[in-house]
Amino acid sequence: MMRTILRRFSRSPSALIGVTLIVAWGLVALLAPLIAPYDPSAIDFAAAADPHPSLAHWLGTDSSGRDVLSRLIWGARTTYIVVPLAVMSAFAAGILLGVPAGYFGGWFDALVSRLSDVILAFPALIIYIILITALGPSLLNIIIAVTLAYAPGVSRIARGITLALREQDYVAAAQARGESSLYIMFAEILPNARGPLIVDLCLRAGYTVILTGTLGFLGLGLPPPTPDWGGMVVESAHLLPIAWHMAVFPCVAIASLVIGCNLLADGLRKEGLK
Amino acid sequence: MIRFLLRRIGQFIITFLAASFLLFAVTEFSPGTVASKILGPYAVSSQVDLLTEKLHLGDPLLLRYLRWLGIVAGVVENPLGDPAIGLGLSDPRGNRYVGNFGYSLMLKEPVVDVVGERIGYTALLTLLAILVIIPVSLAAGVAAGVNPGRPIDRVLSMGAVILTSLPEFVVAVALLLVGVVWLGLLPGTSPMTQGGRWPLSLQLVLPVGVLVIASASYVLRIVRASVADTMRKPYVRTALLKGLKRRDIILHHVLRNAMIPPITVILLQINWLLTGVVVVESIFAYPGVGSLLLQAALFGDIYLVQALTLLALLVAVGTQLIGDLCYLALDPKIKLG
Repeated sequence: MMRTILRRFSRSPSALIGVTLIVAWGLVALLAPLIAPYDPSAIDFAAAADPHPSLAHWLGTDSSGRDVLSRLIWGARTTYIVVPLAVMSAFAAGILLGVPAGYFGGWFDALVSRLSDVILAFPALIIYIILITALGPSLLNIIIAVTLAYAPGVSRIARGITLALREQDYVAAAQARGESSLYIMFAEILPNARGPLIVDLCLRAGYTVILTGTLGFLGLGLPPPTPDWGGMVVESAHLLPIAWHMAVFPCVAIASLVIGCNLLADGLRKEGLK
Repeated sequence: MIRFLLRRIGQFIITFLAASFLLFAVTEFSPGTVASKILGPYAVSSQVDLLTEKLHLGDPLLLRYLRWLGIVAGVVENPLGDPAIGLGLSDPRGNRYVGNFGYSLMLKEPVVDVVGERIGYTALLTLLAILVIIPVSLAAGVAAGVNPGRPIDRVLSMGAVILTSLPEFVVAVALLLVGVVWLGLLPGTSPMTQGGRWPLSLQLVLPVGVLVIASASYVLRIVRASVADTMRKPYVRTALLKGLKRRDIILHHVLRNAMIPPITVILLQINWLLTGVVVVESIFAYPGVGSLLLQAALFGDIYLVQALTLLALLVAVGTQLIGDLCYLALDPKIKLG
């Protein structure tokens, strides 16, 4: 099993690069307390006098003298908490709605599809802005907003695949054996629908990294002491002419992680098509 | 055909109404929030009671929603303009007219005026972006799609994956760094005021540039996939074996068929552009409705948020409808079911 996975990855350079980036940032997030050279919130005005990258602060400091490298490392941890929770929750909701909608059809399907249409009519960022300003910026509310915005798209995909798989012989066999609908949907159909769903998961994880970065940038991210990549950019974007490093490094961090997710999705899709 | 049209328009109206109810429910769900948003945190309870009574905030949500629709449609009077409430809000058009979205609590002016002043700027920004995105992404997408696997395809496809991965604000930081900090050729903000150091045309370059980079790469990928797919179709092979010139095949056989999926994607892309517009306008201090929406949401200006979101919804749902119609016009095989 493990060997087949490895062999398939080695055939697809983009999937390999993608996985490497995602795992590397994941390790950084996991080991943050061990590898961060400074406390990410420690203010040091002496260091802020010359914030540029130096031997003491490899990536420089921000305008309050907080070490940029340490904030990036702890920011990875923030990202790796928010994004997986939000995406998993959106996928759970989307699958729980989409698979039964495709399997049973009828009024449930009509209801789920119409509701999805309504939510998908909103431009995504506007959903977040309205919800987060109404509920207040917190981890739970970001998860709620992402779930609400992504679940319709996920359920649409899950419904489509279920609709196609419903007619397969093994489903008919399971029905003839007298299996329950619940068993057929989640033990027979769902495992066979995983390919496109996993590709979509990678893509949406990438969007969610963009999104949480953007929310942080717009001032709607997690409240200030939390090191947050998007927040680091907005705090320092006006200082670009004198200290470019403060905004550029967090931008590179976000970009590399999203590129990783998209390359992985691209690679998996091509492998899946073969 | 007519029946199909009517049904799509009916669906459009139902989706729009359902979405507007959702919007109303989120912004005005609790009557207490509405009163405190209007009066501010230091309101006296007698004021709150008066407002609650005047605005009928105690009524059930559905009733309040219907009344709100009535005010917007110009059937019901907007009670907020009543001088007895003492907020000093007044509208030269009176309290009853079509498109009455109430008052911006942040700017103390009728919402229609506030939006009217700024909508032109956003329309200009979006239009310019679309005018650049379509030719660029079509040309690059076709160039990559007709040469699948060749270097030009690899470079364009890889570049497009990387560019779609970048959030708008990251693209903006990159462009600011190059255009403003290193080259000094462009202004860092675009307030669209005349008479300063920078002409209006130069102020538009960076905001349009960010939107183009963030969106064109995605359209490019769709065009490329669709063209590459069409190139493998049997009729293209037949044309090739028949001895037609490659150029003619691409121009006459491939392009028309390959353009059907991208057209809907381009129209859906307008939905994405609306998202980008909020970010881009905020970064460059551009005086459009996108930055206004963010400010209004942060301030708690519920009426302005409602109007701007409805506007975005109208554009988003409207482009979907147009997309369906284009699809129909381009592909005679589609059943009118």
